[in-house]
Amino acid sequence: MTTVKLDQVSKLYRAASRAGGLTPALRKVSFELPPGEVISLIGESGSGKTTIGKVLLRLTKPTSGTVTFDGTDITTYSGRGLREYYRHVQGVFQDPFSSYNPVYRADRVYDLVRESYFPKVGAREWAARVDQALDAVALNPGDVLGKYPHQLSGGQQQRLLIARALLLDVKVLVADEIISMLDASTRVDVLNLLVKLKRQGLAVLFITHDLSLGNYVSDQTILLRHGAIVEMGATEKVFGNPQHEYTKMLLSAVPELHRKWQHSPLGPVPVAAGAALPAAPDGAAAGAAAVTLTRASLLDELTHAEQVVKRDLRAVFGARRAAASGRSQVAVALEPPVLREFEPGHLVADPE
Amino acid sequence: MSVTVENLSVAYRSRRGDVTAVDSVSFSLADGEIMGLAGESGSGKSTLGNALVYLDPRMRAAGGKVCVDDRDLPIADNGAMRRRRMTEVSLVPQYAMSALTPTRKIGKIINDLLRSHRVADRAAVRLELRRRLELIGLGEDVLDKYAFELSGGMRQRVTIIMSTLLNPSLLIADEVTSALDVSTQRAVGEMLLEFRDRGYVKSVIAITHDLSILAQVADSIAIMYAGRLAERAATGPLVDSPLHPYTQALLASLPEVGVRHDQVTLTGIPGRPPSLANPPAGCRFRDRCPFAFDKCAQTPPFAEVRPGHLVACWKVSADHSVTARPVTEHRETADAVTGPVPSAEEQA
Repeated sequence: MTTVKLDQVSKLYRAASRAGGLTPALRKVSFELPPGEVISLIGESGSGKTTIGKVLLRLTKPTSGTVTFDGTDITTYSGRGLREYYRHVQGVFQDPFSSYNPVYRADRVYDLVRESYFPKVGAREWAARVDQALDAVALNPGDVLGKYPHQLSGGQQQRLLIARALLLDVKVLVADEIISMLDASTRVDVLNLLVKLKRQGLAVLFITHDLSLGNYVSDQTILLRHGAIVEMGATEKVFGNPQHEYTKMLLSAVPELHRKWQHSPLGPVPVAAGAALPAAPDGAAAGAAAVTLTRASLLDELTHAEQVVKRDLRAVFGARRAAASGRSQVAVALEPPVLREFEPGHLVADPE
Repeated sequence: MSVTVENLSVAYRSRRGDVTAVDSVSFSLADGEIMGLAGESGSGKSTLGNALVYLDPRMRAAGGKVCVDDRDLPIADNGAMRRRRMTEVSLVPQYAMSALTPTRKIGKIINDLLRSHRVADRAAVRLELRRRLELIGLGEDVLDKYAFELSGGMRQRVTIIMSTLLNPSLLIADEVTSALDVSTQRAVGEMLLEFRDRGYVKSVIAITHDLSILAQVADSIAIMYAGRLAERAATGPLVDSPLHPYTQALLASLPEVGVRHDQVTLTGIPGRPPSLANPPAGCRFRDRCPFAFDKCAQTPPFAEVRPGHLVACWKVSADHSVTARPVTEHRETADAVTGPVPSAEEQA
């Protein structure tokens, strides 16, 4: 059985900015992707979900930890071995249009596959294979072959790319936000296609920030926050009985057709801004912060979260805790919250 | 009525003749109403929204009339529109994330904006600006930052603040939540509600392809298909009992939280919208419609089939033949019923 396995994978970016902060994009992430299963990776921007896809596709190297495919560490592949790896592991990305060279016809991506992987296959047989792959993604060859990318709809472009992966002997598909650019009417077709391929044994890593799409398509769900897993398990358990505060917050924000958000008006703005805002010194800010939270808790919380992600990761993950524990800042920054088993097949991280 | 649009048509010039992207669209908005405008890509929803604020050189107003606060809006006259933008109509453009110039700090961009609109009392506006920033949880320090120093959600909120700074009567919000995470999406959606409740904007047209967001923030929803309005109703009836086959198909293709592929298989809409360069006669959804019949070869009228519920479909108007009447003859009735829509709190 071909299984992709991530073991304690971490990725640390060192910011080149003047602040010189450390950004832990992944913090000791471990999970397995068995064949015939769809795993949703869900998280907000900056949660590290795309980094996991990139690590799997060897587009970026993990700082520590290993990724194995069939028991072989994928960093050991090179040359022919690497090409064989890509025969089995392929990615499709968010913006289909930028995956094509606009001056060539769209089906040139298939010619490139043939050149690298199937040079001995005759033209007629290759055409038959292409037709078969297009058929699998419910495209009519006459509609799409020989067209330029701008002549195709987003859904067609995206399905052409999935068909390209199918031409190879693909066992693992990294699908990074592949449907967020598509219209609702074509979105479902691509989702249903993933379900169909999964039933044929394909393992899919479905990366998304859309919880309802992730929920629809996946068997397992992993929620990421600041590069660490906060909750993971069978999809119906995670969504049916979310335990982590972050999961609950995300679920409460999902727009649903038949249930309205609880919109609580923000109330009067307390003062002429600026004048009475206490310049919060460290530590003494607690009181002021509490007042602000009661006024516009959700918005403030979000803004705070954004600022944390963007700027002060070092402060949150590093210096203070490093000083307290006597360990190096990097070690502390990469330390994820502890995952505990809430019920069989449902892990929840400690609050951070 | 704070906004009325009558038979508005907008065409794009092309070498092979004009492409009518918005085809005789009529609707009206009450004071304080947030109208959602939804449709597939290429349905003309963004063109409609943009045309109300800025008709770019590729576009041509091919007819129709727009009124804001009982005054004509001369959408074809760019010079005259200059004086109406920001104060009467304002736009949060699609891709607002990249709408901010990277070379100037946010505060400077806003100053430029105030100067170019000849705002007399700039100090007062700047004070109001700071109040609003604080209201939505952004610190005053964003004014001293460049766009790239802000996260996507912060940038989106800053652009909305900028577009609404001079309290426009009508705000066009084009895909303001599309590129955002769910939590940020919610924050921006609630911000629109808050700004409407506070009267920073009188009415809003929120353009998106995401119906579930509209179900949260919009008072009424208009569905656009291939340049024409297909259905328009208050949010509740439209989401709970849609009448147009296109709306029904669109809603059926949305996964809800808790629905999994092994329980329910959702279906997309087969086919693609017709090309607008040479649109087919009759109902434009005909080729994709499961209920199409002979009569669909004629263009269906956009008729009121229930109070405040307008649909352009022969099948629906046949089923509701007793109540169906062309909307133009019954404008007064329609206005009275659509009326000011209760705000979110009153409904809750």
